[in-house]
Amino acid sequence: MTTPLPRWADLLVIPLLNLLLAFLVAGLVVALIGENPWRALTVMLQGAFVYPGSLGYTLYYATNFIFTGLAVAVAFQARLFNIGGEGQAAIGGLGVALVCLALDPYLPVVLVIPLAILAAAIFGAGWAFLPGLLQATRGSHVVITTIMFNFIAAGLLVALLTGALMRPGQSTPQTRNLDALLPKVHEILRAVGIDAAPSPLNVSIVIALLACVGVWLLVWRTPFGFRVRTLGESEPAARYAGVAVPRTVIVVMCISGALAGLMAINEVIGAQGKLVLNYTAGYGFTGIAVALMGRSHPVGIVLASLLFGALYQGGTELSFEFDTIDREMVLVIQGLIILFSGALAFMLERPLARLLTPRARLAHG
Amino acid sequence: MAEAWLDLMQILASTLRLSAPLIFCAMAGLFSERAGVVDIGLEGKLLMGAFAAAAAASATGSPWLGLFAAIAAGMALALVHAFACVTHRGDQIVSGVAINILASGLTVVLGIAMFSQGGQTPPLSRPERFGDITLPFTETFADIPYFGPFYAELLSGQNLLVYLAILAVPITGFVLFSTTFGLRLRAVGEAPEAVDSAGYSVAWLRYRAVLIAGLLCGIGGAYLSIAHGGGFVREMSAGRGYIALAALIFGKWKPVPTLFACLLFGVLESTASRLSGVDLPVIGEIPVEVILVAPYVLTVILLAGFFGRAIPPRALSIPYVKER
Repeated sequence: MTTPLPRWADLLVIPLLNLLLAFLVAGLVVALIGENPWRALTVMLQGAFVYPGSLGYTLYYATNFIFTGLAVAVAFQARLFNIGGEGQAAIGGLGVALVCLALDPYLPVVLVIPLAILAAAIFGAGWAFLPGLLQATRGSHVVITTIMFNFIAAGLLVALLTGALMRPGQSTPQTRNLDALLPKVHEILRAVGIDAAPSPLNVSIVIALLACVGVWLLVWRTPFGFRVRTLGESEPAARYAGVAVPRTVIVVMCISGALAGLMAINEVIGAQGKLVLNYTAGYGFTGIAVALMGRSHPVGIVLASLLFGALYQGGTELSFEFDTIDREMVLVIQGLIILFSGALAFMLERPLARLLTPRARLAHG
Repeated sequence: MAEAWLDLMQILASTLRLSAPLIFCAMAGLFSERAGVVDIGLEGKLLMGAFAAAAAASATGSPWLGLFAAIAAGMALALVHAFACVTHRGDQIVSGVAINILASGLTVVLGIAMFSQGGQTPPLSRPERFGDITLPFTETFADIPYFGPFYAELLSGQNLLVYLAILAVPITGFVLFSTTFGLRLRAVGEAPEAVDSAGYSVAWLRYRAVLIAGLLCGIGGAYLSIAHGGGFVREMSAGRGYIALAALIFGKWKPVPTLFACLLFGVLESTASRLSGVDLPVIGEIPVEVILVAPYVLTVILLAGFFGRAIPPRALSIPYVKER
């Protein structure tokens, strides 16, 4: 995707303008409902950052979005659209749960946790492998197949969680409590003498940040990453340059799926301590918004994840504070952000380029 | 035997009722995708239509106003899609995803603001809905073996929108394959540059196709909330827009095969609810989920090219850039 804009405008001005537009339209919706948009925004910001423990919650949500955002972004680099983050995360959760259920009575926690993390990545990658394979060898569009795989994953989890994996003696669709849990950040802080309000934030965030570094190294600092980006720029060019296109597509999809699958550790052995039905709660789709806002770059993704973490946490506060506004307001904002920064990406680009580029250069260039 | 026949008629009738929203959405997708615009947003438009119909019917007491509101809501989202994809040549899939997320948020936010019932609309009374229509002579035919139950259970006793759904298929076929508009619309999905050089506006044709898709999704939504159901509940479209998309691919972007794909997926849904908890001989109890995910599995297998080949319109998902 080439842009006529200077780099700073592309990376800073455009995302901010898109964000502003999304908030403006969302504000209109709030006003339409008959509430004060400004007050709603203040409540959200306070709910996301100020109240005790709220920052922890914001960062906990952000952890999910870093994983799913990276997943979408890695695929984007090869110009593949992986909408299947939701399903890959769900299957990743299944992997985590299976490892913990099978091993935690026998092995020490320190051994189970790395295996569970590995399982999250492998199961997620496995769920993306087939769509990748079908895209690479049969030309079946990865968008459609990953959508279908989301539903198949959901059905599979319903069947397992109401059947074989259901906690014995219970009728809620969830597994028993797992023993191998990741340490919570507030517990670590308390252990070293810093008082912190409890929140579900756990060490997954460190793994998420490591994944960011890993993706950056892989995509921008390895020959493989170069091939991926070449493929993303132009498939004929990549093929001409000797890139094994089918294999690259499959590997990229697997990496993407593995990243989405890793989201499971933050939820299943991080926050909740068990696999519950629909635990992915749309976070896989939020990854699309995060990747678009973050311009498919790890730094951008961390920033966009913080934004969405704040939105989700602040959105919960909205439903406490107002009778008429629900946390679904966050979905509205999210949809608008995808619309403005994704589908309408070119709307601002051209006028802005005309504004920023001196006429003379355009005429000669 | 007569018993089994009656059973069969009832299964077919329930299949028809479950297929109706799929048919509306799949025909919607047919218009849009034949014109070269991918429509992942069927689901969102269906959901928005369902909400608008129930909200308007509940506020005014008229199912007709509900239907119009649903059509308006579906077309409004379609307009957003067309504005992003046609006018600004945005990514059609991203736009569809945005519409789906927007719809699932807006319906709940507006629902709570309007009715304060946790995102639902109040249950609709009979006059606020499209009731079942009993065709004439049902009594007279009742005693005729086979034909009687067929007439009473399947032909008669459906609501208006079910008949409309069935009608939507020949109408779609006629418009797309027997009118000049349809010819140009299909051409714009295969070779937009040819349509352009013939002097017709690619953008305007695609706008119309996308808007027709919005209209049909709106009717499908109205069917869910004020004809088949009696009010709106959160996420009531429940993936039907995606199943319709699957049916469209399964039907290879042709009206009649798409209709059959919708009916097939409808049969799967109706047998799923009938088979839940039933112990079958030999196989034992089939989990409902297995039957419910069958449409998605079948579509993946089809897409993989293991039976038949689904070839999309050539210009599908490619924004049209006029050469200068």
